[in-house]
Amino acid sequence: MPSFKRPKSLADVKFHYCPGCTHGIIHRLVAEVIDEMDIEGETIGVCPVGCSVLAYDYFNCDMMQASHGRSPAVATGIKRAKPDKLVFTYQGDGDLASIGTAETIHAAARGENITIIFVNNTIYGMTGGQMAPTTLPGQVTQTSPYGRDTAREGFPLKICEIMSQIDGVAYAERVAVIDYKSIMNAKKAIRKAFDVQMKKQGFSIVELLSNCPTNWGMSTLDSIERIKTQVIPYYPLGVFKEGSIR
Amino acid sequence: MTEKSLMKGNEALAEAAIRAGCKCFFAYPITPQNEIAAYMAKRMPKVGGVFLQAESEIGAINMVYGCAGTGTRCMTSSSSPGMSLKTEGISYIAGADLPCVIVSIQRGGPGLGGIQPAQSDYYQSTKAPGHGDFKMLVFAPDSVQEMADLVAKAFELSDNYRMPALIIADGLLGQMMEPVSFADIKETNATVEKNWKADGHGSKRKKNIINSLYLEAEKLDAKVRERFERYKEIENKHTQVECYETDDAEILLVAYGSTARIAKSAVRRAREQGIKAGILRPITLWPFPKNEICEAAKNAEKVLVVEMSMGQMVDDVKLALNCRIPVEFYGRTGGVVPDPADVLSEIKKIKGV
Amino acid sequence: MTHEILLAGFGGQGVLFAGMLLCNFALTEQKNVSWLPSYGPAMRGGTCNCSVCIDDNPIGSPMVLKPDVLFVMNQPSYDKFISSVKPGGVAFVNSTLVEKSSKCRDDITIHYIEGSKLAAENNLAGMANTIMVGKFLKETNIVNPENSRNAILMSVGEAKTHLIEPNMKAIDIGRNN
Repeated sequence: MPSFKRPKSLADVKFHYCPGCTHGIIHRLVAEVIDEMDIEGETIGVCPVGCSVLAYDYFNCDMMQASHGRSPAVATGIKRAKPDKLVFTYQGDGDLASIGTAETIHAAARGENITIIFVNNTIYGMTGGQMAPTTLPGQVTQTSPYGRDTAREGFPLKICEIMSQIDGVAYAERVAVIDYKSIMNAKKAIRKAFDVQMKKQGFSIVELLSNCPTNWGMSTLDSIERIKTQVIPYYPLGVFKEGSIR
Repeated sequence: MTEKSLMKGNEALAEAAIRAGCKCFFAYPITPQNEIAAYMAKRMPKVGGVFLQAESEIGAINMVYGCAGTGTRCMTSSSSPGMSLKTEGISYIAGADLPCVIVSIQRGGPGLGGIQPAQSDYYQSTKAPGHGDFKMLVFAPDSVQEMADLVAKAFELSDNYRMPALIIADGLLGQMMEPVSFADIKETNATVEKNWKADGHGSKRKKNIINSLYLEAEKLDAKVRERFERYKEIENKHTQVECYETDDAEILLVAYGSTARIAKSAVRRAREQGIKAGILRPITLWPFPKNEICEAAKNAEKVLVVEMSMGQMVDDVKLALNCRIPVEFYGRTGGVVPDPADVLSEIKKIKGV
Repeated sequence: MTHEILLAGFGGQGVLFAGMLLCNFALTEQKNVSWLPSYGPAMRGGTCNCSVCIDDNPIGSPMVLKPDVLFVMNQPSYDKFISSVKPGGVAFVNSTLVEKSSKCRDDITIHYIEGSKLAAENNLAGMANTIMVGKFLKETNIVNPENSRNAILMSVGEAKTHLIEPNMKAIDIGRNN
């Protein structure tokens, strides 16, 4: 009889994430895919600055911790030295879409054969809930206390849509982790992205719409509801680009 | 044919790096270091290495971080404004105990400054190459041959002590050609095994983590202290200087890099005029040759520090001498290279002749 | 013995190459040499100069501010540098592009040679520089002219050996004028 077990490539330690946060689910999905591909020994992960800064303690593959926003450059350095390994970054929206925009866009443009796991929860979590580049119009954060005013703070960045315009991108998909079906779909997307990389087809990115009950100031269930009713309408799910660049 | 050939300092450095085992080079254009990247772009693909032009200096230094983390010998180069951008990455590299070589071909500053030779990044290189308590090995060549020799040494010591090494030169050394021989430059492996590298554990060892984050104060304190123990050993073993006519020197000059050549010309002319001048040239700026300076200054009435800056290394010379002997300073900035004749007049002035 | 040589002209006249050629003559004789170009933000057409030092002893400053020997390939370089030559020094002047009536010095030796004109007449476009090096070989004994072929090979590199003969010819023209 099948039983629910911790993936082999996920360390048997207590996560530091807040109750209700979907980082745990996403970690698990990444680890399950690594296990299914039986590639833990050939994988190097790069974790960012942000909530997932400690992810190096959670994955059992070799890990590097990068400075804020620079994970795609760090992953590039690893991949160029070790082109046959699986190299992934795990980044939040502040890390990837604000301070690390240049590194992200150029790794994509180079068709760098790496995978980015992009967790978009529309807010800076670890520092206490500041406005992020992906914060929705009107969204209240610590630094947009009256709601994000697009006249003053401008508009959110839609990363998968941007990626769809870059020739070096072999695979870009936006998924959510809000229910069984979407979680299964998210796992498929991660598998697809890793497969694309191992086939050396080009840059791959999976954007996962995630929650932040703590900094959104709501219950876990309400946060899931918010993703469904507010976040997904702004950031539609789907495959934005697919096909080898080579 | 002679075994030596004429080469620009920047190109000699690049060739020597490849011979010393550099496998990956991460570049970003900035004058006056472009010949390094251009040379690497041509040669690396021919020797099975990697050349990659990054999106920025920040990108390049972080590629070095990732690459070095896999245990691969790698390098980047830049000039002053670009070095400022690299400081973040350098701090992480030091904090994660990664070996790599960084080359800084200094130009005048602050800001965009100029593109002519300068030495105004001495503080940055030796005191604050990034945030936090750490040091880099800092080598200051004064000839094209040393541009080549020191890069090989930098790779070796960097590997052995798991820390970043900097070659600090300037536009003059980078652009000038002199005869250079690569006969003695070989890949010397680290004497210690790189059992820390994160290149995929292959299910054969425990996982490795490349990291500079220590949330517990006691642990970070211990880590920093462990690093400074290593620094102490380096100070004892690897401080390097060149002394010229210092034994009986009444006026001791201290200068590094291309300025040392100019100061040496001035010392020769002073000797021709009967003035007992000598020069000590620090080859390592960190570790700084404190004891060597004291020894060289034992007969000196006065010390003259010459730099292409408003006076940065002069502070370290004063500290080394503990203000026992008057330390004078002569410097030019902005890309103005001092003339040996000007340095000679300074020598005469402080000697009172 | 120390020789400080300054070479100046327009970008594209081969001033840097001529400097390198002189260095390779001296290098063949196991002398110490240094070559230092002026460098600036302009990539094309600006004035250009380089300092060459040839010495039996290790070279200190590689910057030549008061040359013993000056090469000038154009008028602006003549105007700018002729006064910097050390008394008793020598200047080689490309008289195709420099007015002979230009302000003169009587404390230095000036050798005029129609470098650009001779190059054009002999189908050696762009080799006025090497012709002037030939003249230098004739009028001074700083380096040994017998090393011409080797010095040229070292300067053009193994990949451009087809340039050896034209440069040899240019040297000969310079030595015979």
